[in-house]
Amino acid sequence: MSSLALMFVIVALSLIGWITARARAHRFRAATTRRFSSLPQHHGWYVAMCTLLPPVIFLAIWHFTAPALVTEAVLKVPAAASLPPPGFDRAAVLSEARHLAEGSSYGAFHPLSEVLAPAYAAAQSRYDWIATAVALLLAFAGGALAFLRVRPAFSARTQVERVVMGLLLAASLIAILTTIGIVASLLFESARFFRIVPITDFLFGTHWSPQVIDNRDPGASLGAVPLFWGTFFIGAVIAMAVAIPLGLMSAIYLTQYARHTTRRWMKPLLEVLAGVPTVVYGYFAALTVAPAVRDLGVAIGFRWASSESALAAGVVMGVMIIPFVSSMADDSLTAVPNAMRDGSLAMGATPSETIRKVLVPAALPGVVGGVLLAVSRAIGETMIVVMAASGVATLTLNPFASTTTVTKQIVDLLTGEAEFDSAKTLAAFALGLTLFVITLLLNIIALIVVRRYREAYD
Amino acid sequence: MTDARTPERPTDWSSAAMQRRIRQRYGAEQRFRLLGLGAVFLSAAFLIFLLATMIAQGAGGFFETRVALPIDLRAANIDVAPARLAGARADLALAGAGLEGAVDSAANAAFPAQGGAALLSDGAWLTVRDAVKRDPSLLHRRATIDVPVATDIDVAAKGDGTPETEAIVRALQPRLSKGLNRSFFTGADATDPTRAGIWGALKGSLFTMLVTLGLAFPIGVLSALYLEEYAPRNRWTDLIEVSINNLAAVPSIIFGLLGLAVFLNTFHMPRSAAVVGGLTLALMTMPVIVIAGRNAIRGVPPSIRDAARGLGASPIQVVFHHVLPLAMPGILTGTIIGMARALGETAPLLMIGMRAFIAAPPDRLTDPATALPVQIFLWSDEVATGFVEKTSAAIIVLLFFLLAMNGIAIYLRNRFETRW
Repeated sequence: MSSLALMFVIVALSLIGWITARARAHRFRAATTRRFSSLPQHHGWYVAMCTLLPPVIFLAIWHFTAPALVTEAVLKVPAAASLPPPGFDRAAVLSEARHLAEGSSYGAFHPLSEVLAPAYAAAQSRYDWIATAVALLLAFAGGALAFLRVRPAFSARTQVERVVMGLLLAASLIAILTTIGIVASLLFESARFFRIVPITDFLFGTHWSPQVIDNRDPGASLGAVPLFWGTFFIGAVIAMAVAIPLGLMSAIYLTQYARHTTRRWMKPLLEVLAGVPTVVYGYFAALTVAPAVRDLGVAIGFRWASSESALAAGVVMGVMIIPFVSSMADDSLTAVPNAMRDGSLAMGATPSETIRKVLVPAALPGVVGGVLLAVSRAIGETMIVVMAASGVATLTLNPFASTTTVTKQIVDLLTGEAEFDSAKTLAAFALGLTLFVITLLLNIIALIVVRRYREAYD
Repeated sequence: MTDARTPERPTDWSSAAMQRRIRQRYGAEQRFRLLGLGAVFLSAAFLIFLLATMIAQGAGGFFETRVALPIDLRAANIDVAPARLAGARADLALAGAGLEGAVDSAANAAFPAQGGAALLSDGAWLTVRDAVKRDPSLLHRRATIDVPVATDIDVAAKGDGTPETEAIVRALQPRLSKGLNRSFFTGADATDPTRAGIWGALKGSLFTMLVTLGLAFPIGVLSALYLEEYAPRNRWTDLIEVSINNLAAVPSIIFGLLGLAVFLNTFHMPRSAAVVGGLTLALMTMPVIVIAGRNAIRGVPPSIRDAARGLGASPIQVVFHHVLPLAMPGILTGTIIGMARALGETAPLLMIGMRAFIAAPPDRLTDPATALPVQIFLWSDEVATGFVEKTSAAIIVLLFFLLAMNGIAIYLRNRFETRW
């Protein structure tokens, strides 16, 4: 029986359980005038749950253990004696045989796999039948036992609510699981990378050219300093040079000067900038901004201005960040107590003097926190730099020269045709780990800065 | 207290120095205000410039140039029984009967000076095929059919060609016409820009979003409920909160690396499949939904909970019968915004291999697929000039979907959100 059909049968069984248990509960409720702790539907849910959960848990565990059992069975076949010793070759033959048995491939490279394929198919179908039988048995048994407990005195509601509670807890644990998954996968692959390349070479080396890696000394061409510099230069310098003045001044204008109606349609309009997908910005940067920037560079005397310049990517990234900075500044400006502003105005300061000398200093921690978050977002931004920045890592201060970033290199390293375990692909995970740590630190610092500021006026 | 100081005279505001100072201060005020206005306008201008560029470049992508091709299929001797032209296998029957060659020779005969068959799009014969399916009598008479032209001619007809192609366009002018490019909406990726369509990518995006929504919405809502309503204040809860807040700030490409390392390399799920893309994006969208959900749940006043509890509802009933329905509009708004972000996301999908050239729309969640933003990225890398307008046209479609989703979110917020 296919797994889909099996699931269908189990769900149908639990539905039957739900209906019958509910009907039974209805009957005994109608018979007396006593009050019960559980509604009929709670009894229904209880039985449905007991029918559904055991086979589902069993099948989930089975899904992970069955392949090993099947392989075990295949290895007992006489023909399997001529298999190569355990290792890569044996795994290759077995996986080929499995694909043949499943019908997902038609030709085999190893002649032995064709011999083993029928054994595979037989073992697979035998274990499938076992799984189906056990799952159905569990469903029946669970449902029947639960149904027998459906009595007036039985508090089905408590049981159902306990399971719902467990479900809620499990759902919120997924966030932790994801975090662990991210950290573990980055750490694990990075550890493999640092076994090949010394960590000092990676962190402090100034030469990055993963296209040609010398296998005797892979660290010599995997020094990430130019990438860190490029990321910092594009994300934290150029992008912020655009985003901070524009974002801050927009926030000041919209909170302090603009009329209410203007603010009401202008603010969402600016937020559209944050909603435009980054791939659109990237395309725009590469197609429209980059050539213009190159022409500008040539016009002001940089004869070698690149058409994949840091400036083009940085400016467009800055525009993308504007609404981010502006909404953070907006929040912290409106959080400044009105008394401070009124006091300053009452002393005869003009609105702009009030803003510059009272409001902005008071809101500064919030603004700085917002800027730090904006930087963390800018350096993690991928598509703009993938499409508009260059792949050549250079240590340069010239905004018209080509620069590359960490995210751009991650994409370049992982979308090539290299095999997965090379230093080249593992380097992407080391870069990812660095990026993860840096953005995490920036977020934590931003949080601390913002939290301090809150204490000042509460 | 120091009596030695001379009493200060009141400021003489009418003195020339003071007047000048006031003028300066008011001037600074004006300048500051204009600076602010300038910043707002510059940002808005950039947005408008971006949208205008995309629309100007992409509008052409929805249209194709056609040329009236006189064709006589009697000469080609296409022998297909009329009965076979109606069924599902009609495409195969006509392809096998040599229709493509017939169209090419008709073009060679009609436009010998302009390049003959090279003038037509690779998909020109498909237009003829569809015409024959609609009207089988075309096989037995002389007819003129409008077929799409090759991409360089198409580009030239839209005013951006080389001198040679523009000369061809001038020569053909009376026979050229313009029409809606249907294959753009029904086709998948292709090497010939005139045949490339977005349906494959759109379907891939749809599948991906289905998986994302199916996972991120229930998990996000349930964890928001748990954290806001039931979670005891302890170290574990803090840990959950910290990880959710951090996940919301993790760069999207890191989620791609996670998907690559866990789903592809550890669980051996199919590469470049919509289901893996959906899983990866679900992990990314879930924190957004949790944060929005918690805000919405916090907005439900405690009096509702107290009233329900007073009537004897259990904690689960309080939340599922009263709090959750009241918080739903806010949760849905947050979900739609999170989904819109996921729809525009490209980098994590590149990591899990959804960047392959895929010429057929996916039919199952595990089929190799691509997504709309990835398709934009792939087309932007193409060298053929015909892809420029296709890229911009695909961007317009993507922006349209995002705008629609955000519009729905705003509508929901305004229509259903209650201020307590």
